[in-house]
Amino acid sequence: MKAIVSVMGKDRTGIIARVSGEIASCNINVLDISQTIMHGNFVMIMHVDVSAATVELGALCDRLQDAVKDWDLVVHVQHDDLFTHMQRV
Amino acid sequence: MFSENEILETIDMLDNRNLDVRTVTASLSLLDCIDSSPKKCADKVYDKITRVCKDLVPVCDNLSARYGVKIVNKRIAVTPISIVGASCGDYIGLARALDRAGKALGVDFVGGYSALVQKGETDKEAEFLQTIPQALSETDIVCASVNVASTKSGINLDAVGKLGRIIKQLAYNTREHDSIGCCKLVVFCNAVDDNPFMAGAFTGLSEGECSINVGVSGPGVVEYEINKHPDYDITGICELIKRTAFKITRMGALIGEQAAKELNLSQGIVDLSLAPTPAVGDSVARILESIGLSKVGACGTTACLALLNDAVKKGGVMAAKRVGGLSGAFIPVSEDAGMIEAAKSGAITIDKLEAMTAVCSVGLDMIAVAGDTPAEVISGLIADECAIGMINGKTTAVRVIPVYGKTVGEQADFGGLLGSAPIMPINTASPAAFINRGGIIPPPVHSYKN
Repeated sequence: MKAIVSVMGKDRTGIIARVSGEIASCNINVLDISQTIMHGNFVMIMHVDVSAATVELGALCDRLQDAVKDWDLVVHVQHDDLFTHMQRV
Repeated sequence: MFSENEILETIDMLDNRNLDVRTVTASLSLLDCIDSSPKKCADKVYDKITRVCKDLVPVCDNLSARYGVKIVNKRIAVTPISIVGASCGDYIGLARALDRAGKALGVDFVGGYSALVQKGETDKEAEFLQTIPQALSETDIVCASVNVASTKSGINLDAVGKLGRIIKQLAYNTREHDSIGCCKLVVFCNAVDDNPFMAGAFTGLSEGECSINVGVSGPGVVEYEINKHPDYDITGICELIKRTAFKITRMGALIGEQAAKELNLSQGIVDLSLAPTPAVGDSVARILESIGLSKVGACGTTACLALLNDAVKKGGVMAAKRVGGLSGAFIPVSEDAGMIEAAKSGAITIDKLEAMTAVCSVGLDMIAVAGDTPAEVISGLIADECAIGMINGKTTAVRVIPVYGKTVGEQADFGGLLGSAPIMPINTASPAAFINRGGIIPPPVHSYKN
């Protein structure tokens, strides 16, 4: 089972480290990662394998959001079926 | 696998453009609850609903978390209660059972306090109709509907006359809250068996045991896309709406498929309708304005609505295995920020809305009129809507609220998704002699297709 983790907001040092550290602690493997600065905003998208995850997707989102709660960032964690369904015929 | 733009577009639709699932509706048959004892029938109805649908709300909450998609409402639709309760005759008791069951499960509405009388009423259906004002004023989340016409059967003018009086009575019964009871009653022509939206949802007799039907909400997404392309000609706009509707519908189809799987119920239909809310950025009226009308209600509105309705269907049909319900564009006046504004300023009138119902999926919806509007005028309005539906072979409906004690220039405030409605002027020249003739207006000759 795969999911898309996206993190968006104000750029600062340590975002990738903190988010990926939290992901690893949930036994989730990162399959693909892209990160850019878009119109001055930090945008990171990770494609992750959650087959062996120790938490549900909703709980993972809460944990990641909590991990960056002092920073000006919004986290989404979504099963990748959503994107397959909406963006592919 | 996905480009960054695709991911960001999806998230933007959900977070900023009000894309969500408007409803996941469990459509349940209650035919096996029929019992001649009022208590046994009510108990069976309550037990079946709470047993079959017990996981509806938690499963939907789980799906919301998994996909990051808001599922705004969880609802239940049942077999028309006029049929389920015909043997025991205690319709009010069944309304209360529906209300209790829905509240026990935490759903928003339970639809199906309904009757299908397009060709005439049985004695029990006649009794049932008279219970509607009491049933809807003494319960909170029960919704009712009456089908009074169809292309195959004609228009039951007796029933049309009765419904005008029933709506007035219901308005009076709920006068303390701007006659809100009338927001829970729809009068239909060509009602469908699998509509997931309220107040008109019921489980038709053709349906199976229990299906999951889904309705989506995405007008903000469509408006946003159109606004990005002021340079497109109208053919380009139609194509853009089609592609956008595909994505919106696919989201609904995914949720419906997963909900059915996890609830171990049949997967039903996706209703393609673009359903607005009163929130900013969630308006069908604003889509029409983004196509190029300075104000909804201007000349050209009917044409824009027609192209929108058609393009949504074309994109949506590709996106879902099974499409059904009403599937088009909704134009509820109180539930659409752009419509509310246009109605307040007089830019849109009931006459224009009536023309628009010839090309949209619903009808004259959530329209507030003065409380002293005569019952026969309301019946005349219903008859007109039925004629449009009957002749054109489409569903039309009337959900009108004669707000007790209020008049043109004032506003009714219903709250939540029901929104607020400015009282609209209506032609009160009397059609009483026509309505009071009674009888059935025969179906049109083109309905004889065999």
